[in-house]
Amino acid sequence: MLKTFKIGGVHPEPNKISAGKKIVTAALPKQAVFPLSQHIGAPAVPCVQRGDTVLVGTRIADPVGFVSAAIHSSVSGKVAKIDTVVDTSGFRKPAIFIDVEGDKWESDIDRSDTLILQCTISQQEIFDRIKNAGIVGLGGACFPTHVKLMPPKDCKIDTLIINAAECEPFLTADHRLMLEYPDQIIVGIRIMLKALGIEYAVIGIEENKPDAIALMRAKTSMVSGIEVVPLKMKYPQGGEKQLIEAVTGRRVPPPPALPASVGCVVQNIGTVFAVYEAVQKRKPLIERIVTVTGKSVQNPSNLKVRLGTPISQLIEAAGGLPEDTSKIVSGGPMMGRPLLGTDVPVVKGTSGILMIPESDAVRHKERTCIRCGKCITACPMGLEPYLLAVASEMEDWERAEENWIMSCIECGCCQSTCPSRRPLLDWVRLAKNRVNDIIRARNTKI
Amino acid sequence: MAEKLYISTSPHIHSGDTIERNMRWVIIALMPALVASFIVFGLGALIVTATSVAFCLLFEWLIAKFLLKIKDTTISDGSAVITGILLAFNLPSNIPIYMIAMGALIAIGVGKMAFGGLGKNPFNPALVGRVFLLISFPAAMTSWPVPHQFMAYTDAVTGATPLSLMSLIAGGDASAAAQLPGLSSLFLGTTGGCLGEVSVLALLLGLVILLWRKVITWHIPISILATVAVLTGIMWFVNPVLYVNPLYHLCTGGLMLGAIFMATDYVTSPMTTKGMVWYGIGIGFLTVLIRYFGSYPEGMSFAILIMNGVTPLINNWCKPKRFGKIAK
Amino acid sequence: MLPILTAILVLGVIGLILGIVLYVVARKFAVDTDPRVEQIIEILPGANCGGCGLPGCAAFAEACVKRDSMEGLNCPASSSEVMQQIAAITGRAVQELTPKVAVVRCNGSCENRPRVNNYDGASRCVIAAMQTGGETGCFYGCLGCGDCVTVCRFDAIHMNPETGLPEVDQEKCTACGVCVKACPRGIIELRNKNKLDRRIYVSCVNKDKGPVAKKACAVACIGCGKCVKVCSFDAITLENNLAYIDFEKCRLCRKCIDECPQNSIWAVNFPPKRVVTPAAEKIIEPVKESVEQDKQDN
Repeated sequence: MLKTFKIGGVHPEPNKISAGKKIVTAALPKQAVFPLSQHIGAPAVPCVQRGDTVLVGTRIADPVGFVSAAIHSSVSGKVAKIDTVVDTSGFRKPAIFIDVEGDKWESDIDRSDTLILQCTISQQEIFDRIKNAGIVGLGGACFPTHVKLMPPKDCKIDTLIINAAECEPFLTADHRLMLEYPDQIIVGIRIMLKALGIEYAVIGIEENKPDAIALMRAKTSMVSGIEVVPLKMKYPQGGEKQLIEAVTGRRVPPPPALPASVGCVVQNIGTVFAVYEAVQKRKPLIERIVTVTGKSVQNPSNLKVRLGTPISQLIEAAGGLPEDTSKIVSGGPMMGRPLLGTDVPVVKGTSGILMIPESDAVRHKERTCIRCGKCITACPMGLEPYLLAVASEMEDWERAEENWIMSCIECGCCQSTCPSRRPLLDWVRLAKNRVNDIIRARNTKI
Repeated sequence: MAEKLYISTSPHIHSGDTIERNMRWVIIALMPALVASFIVFGLGALIVTATSVAFCLLFEWLIAKFLLKIKDTTISDGSAVITGILLAFNLPSNIPIYMIAMGALIAIGVGKMAFGGLGKNPFNPALVGRVFLLISFPAAMTSWPVPHQFMAYTDAVTGATPLSLMSLIAGGDASAAAQLPGLSSLFLGTTGGCLGEVSVLALLLGLVILLWRKVITWHIPISILATVAVLTGIMWFVNPVLYVNPLYHLCTGGLMLGAIFMATDYVTSPMTTKGMVWYGIGIGFLTVLIRYFGSYPEGMSFAILIMNGVTPLINNWCKPKRFGKIAK
Repeated sequence: MLPILTAILVLGVIGLILGIVLYVVARKFAVDTDPRVEQIIEILPGANCGGCGLPGCAAFAEACVKRDSMEGLNCPASSSEVMQQIAAITGRAVQELTPKVAVVRCNGSCENRPRVNNYDGASRCVIAAMQTGGETGCFYGCLGCGDCVTVCRFDAIHMNPETGLPEVDQEKCTACGVCVKACPRGIIELRNKNKLDRRIYVSCVNKDKGPVAKKACAVACIGCGKCVKVCSFDAITLENNLAYIDFEKCRLCRKCIDECPQNSIWAVNFPPKRVVTPAAEKIIEPVKESVEQDKQDN
């Protein structure tokens, strides 16, 4: 019996069509664009100006406050301007534009492929290297990693959970990373264990990646303290709370509680790889693996992309934009962000570019709720989406809060099963926004 | 490339489920019972079913178009067809057409459209129509043709049904016990009764189809049947002469029909599995109560309607298990 | 016969007793209400629009009676006669409010501001504004889902299907302000109605830089500042690439409209400016002279 989470979940078609494609390095862009907000927390502030020359790995923006992250240039060249760009959020945001000239790297970055096993630096030095490398959670949430590795003092951490579930259909970046860089990942895990001061880590991998499970099992058998746990294929297995429940059986209490309160820290496996590169190779976060895929895509690929590359270039590398594309999504089909165009740059959280044909993307006309209860069956957090959506429509924020709306992880299970095609998540997001403001106002009064 | 991109937020894919798909499978699941009713009751069954469905569709269209002034009427979603079939299943096969029409009018007009159409009604429309007919035309609604009269309609010969015999037995009439048909004929459907309730086998086949296609879950049917089995089992154990074997209860009257098709109606039943179980227990309990201690031999329709009324309360009380709820 | 009489008697007595009980309770537990509150509620429009800042007409009526002065209390949805009547009932002076009207400051119609994408989410402006910049290149303009239309209680604002923009019916608009609050982008503003209902405003809220705004919408304000320079009353200010006309200072001279290269400034309810072309002048001048001649002769 494979482990899994008990409440809710859906089974979308996995469509892992790019799973067998080796990682290919994408070409350098002509101009790299770096939005200043690629992470949760305060946007970074530029520390370069128009006309400055930068190398690969040069810091171009500083973090602001504790929950923030630095941004480094992924290309060498001149800063063209500091202007605005429409990014993956769907809004126009400030960004640094760099015209690419050559490919010169900062001298302290180790570009060799040699595996560095030992990590002899102190815990504080590890934090500093991770922080200075601008590493954020690469699973999509983009939470600054160094902050996550410093949980509140009153939380007793005993387990590091590595999220290699990759439950979203179509995405295969983490899968390929495990197959092609398993040793680096193991070192990265050990670095994180050292940072946390604990001895036990678990890698959660969905059963649809048997080759990765076998390989990681073989690699972890040679070290102590790291276990591989295969998980039942079910969306959203990769959700933080669902993963913790499947692997450890513990359930994180509702917000504002964090996974740390049940003794767990969860990190995406891509983040682990970035930590290895940052700590052992002094390489800041400047590139990542992006899966470019879709049912009609000619050449679905897993590309190693420099941050700041326009998506249009990746789409070209995958064989061009298919004729029937009616929606381009950054991320997976269940939680990804829709793109307004193809000039959008790749940012730290871009795990995949998905081109969806009209037949799959089109939203049918919304009908009346037939009270079938399928949304309740699907919700992994045990909520009642139909009720939350109605409360939101009626602007009954108290009712929404009473019915645990702040526990919603916006996974999209409810809306994807509703036979009446109601835009449940649209309404829930509105209510979450309002309830959040109410809670914040309430807390400042106290 | 398509001219414009869609820019709505996640989720960007859908399982493909629609209202029509669910209704379609309910209609398919009703087919075995429909075929069985034609075999058992012949022409009468055909006329009653066809009339009921036709009038339900007609009234829904008329009310939507002319009273409510809705531009896109919803007769194509299949719910009116299902109401029509279920209403027919609750009628004897010799009922005259004008009564069917009135039943359809009340079922669709009062039971469904008066509340705003699909998704808004608190009571099961077919049962509303059925109960209306039962109370308005008690004689016509409680005389059932003897099975296998293929060409008869309103002129069919009527006889006692197993359910009426069972209530006579409970009243102390020993001779009725001798007339009670065997369990196998109840199971296959060669006895008298309303159109849809006679063949338990056909109904169970429908249940399998509904569960297989994930239209309903097991909670409501099983909790109703289990409650009835347990309660009638206790009574049979206490006095086997007056109270028949629980299997007789499970196979007679509209119990199977109600448990599988009527109580499981999405709109009028609770939405959480916990709520569904309590709902089923309530229906089972009320059915047994009315069957043994009420003046009607059949208690299922009233039991379901009463529990339909309790559904909003059940929805409020039986919330799903919340992730991370700290047990007090 | 006797059962019928008994029934009538018994039920009659029960009814009588209950009636007496109800009367006594109603008198004993009666709430003292000032009758003036009821009088005011009668004459108010009863739309419960919230334009007065209070939750509903009953609350407004109570405030009128209970508060010491009518300072800050005004019902924008009622006419000045109604306010005078309230003044008479409460015996206090009422402030005169300058009549205002809701103004939609966006001219990004389908023609001016082409749609480049397709928003197919829930049809609410608040939801669309949260999720995305929008279907066009302008991330500040009207989203077209009609939250303002839904919320108006006076039937004074409607979506024009051709332009995709809302239009205010100035006769019905009471300037209660609910549409202003409903618009997530702050496009609607309450501006002075002025004599003859004339008003001049910049029909744009786009704060992007000039070239970006112009690319998105043909009539966007590009923040060039020409209108600021030409206004002799200091009524126009430029901030964040957007011009704004202060309706208190504006004298309705229309000079800024001629200056604006983008046609972003709108003048409502003015007669069309006479445009005299050279060809027309040749005809007009002799006619003018002959009219003058006639006048002198007579």
